[in-house]
Amino acid sequence: MLQYAAIVLLMLGLYGLLTQRNIIKIIISLNILEIGLNLFIVSVGFVDGGLAPIFTSVNNSSNLVFVDPLPQALVLTAIVIGVGTTALGLALAKNIYQKYGTFEIDEMGEE
Amino acid sequence: MKNFLALVFTLFLGFMIITALSNNEAFPKYGEADVSTRVSQKYLDRSVNGNPGEIIFREATNLESGPANTVTAIVADYRSFDTLGEVTVLFISSLGVALLLGSTKQRRMELDFHPNFMLKVGSRALFGIILMTGIYISIHGHLTPGGGFPGGTMIASSMLLLYLADDEFRAKIKGFKILESAAGSAYVIIGLLGLLIGSYFLENLLNNGVLGYLFSAGMIPIIYVLIGLKVGSEISGVIDNFLTEESV
Amino acid sequence: MMTLISIVEIVISVLLVVLAFLAINSKSLIKSVMFLSSLSMLAVIGFVLMKAPDVAVTEAVIGSGLVTSLFVFTLLAVRKVGKKI
Repeated sequence: MLQYAAIVLLMLGLYGLLTQRNIIKIIISLNILEIGLNLFIVSVGFVDGGLAPIFTSVNNSSNLVFVDPLPQALVLTAIVIGVGTTALGLALAKNIYQKYGTFEIDEMGEE
Repeated sequence: MKNFLALVFTLFLGFMIITALSNNEAFPKYGEADVSTRVSQKYLDRSVNGNPGEIIFREATNLESGPANTVTAIVADYRSFDTLGEVTVLFISSLGVALLLGSTKQRRMELDFHPNFMLKVGSRALFGIILMTGIYISIHGHLTPGGGFPGGTMIASSMLLLYLADDEFRAKIKGFKILESAAGSAYVIIGLLGLLIGSYFLENLLNNGVLGYLFSAGMIPIIYVLIGLKVGSEISGVIDNFLTEESV
Repeated sequence: MMTLISIVEIVISVLLVVLAFLAINSKSLIKSVMFLSSLSMLAVIGFVLMKAPDVAVTEAVIGSGLVTSLFVFTLLAVRKVGKKI
């Protein structure tokens, strides 16, 4: 069920990225796309009845059934890169407002 | 017209993804993945180069990769070159923000509302608690979930609290820039030491210890402390760039 | 629909889709930013249900502390918070 919600989030984020006219709304749609993508990648490695992949004093042997740890390591990198992209996009949006006076891409005339 | 074409394209993409999910080798049904046929089983058994055996908490000594947290073992030991790439991407993004929003003489932005005196004093108590939680999560990355990246962001969150609660506060940005460069260079120098003394780039040179102790897993706690300091000072610099403007 | 966990999973999935639709189609910018912040919090619950604690801690700290505050600082500099853009 969570896998289908992640696919619908992917589709909604892509639709917002293609049709919105406000720069802040475009960056918000990019963030929604990234949340959906991370949920989808983690859901590929889920095992029903598995444990979290950490050795503790309760789950202390390697003969138990664990959840796949490799997609989690890849998503950890992807979340941090998403933050970097958002920060740079918002700095560009702030400078665009100071030069043109608006956030809509239809009203930015030729200067 | 453009909205209709975008809707058709998005529905087509969704249909293709759902068709690819129908129970084949790459995408099994949700919740029924078989981990023992994937390469992750070798990461879980710590047996990429052979020698499988049973791993007991607090008894197995000098394994191939020391941390008890398997995700930390993948991020900082087996695939540590990808972590170097991530550190580079964060560095480039913070450099871009500093070039776009910085100027030579800066002061805090003028706003319409001012916080009152109780907020300024009470936030100093909370600042110490958040800072200590960030340092704890960053050091214990090989035993509990977390690691360098959330720990560093929590250190930056404590600086964000001080910026929000006080109207004229500015941190010492020169010290943060020096700390960030030193931590980033130390990571690359440790990797080059592995190439000179050991056999490959970013090799774990120290002994791996007993699984589950605090002083175990070789160099991985040191690497996570360096990454935590680098990410924390980087994001504090980004927040300072967003809240200042050019002074006349 | 037997156990409590599957009911929580279905409720979280429906709420995720509804919040994303509201965030794209709302008229004022500050409401979209608040919907994005709560969407990130529900995604943290989704990561915990899929037994991934590292990813959940990272997404919780970054989604609530960092991305929301950067959006609010950009809108504060524009001084059109709450009005129709």
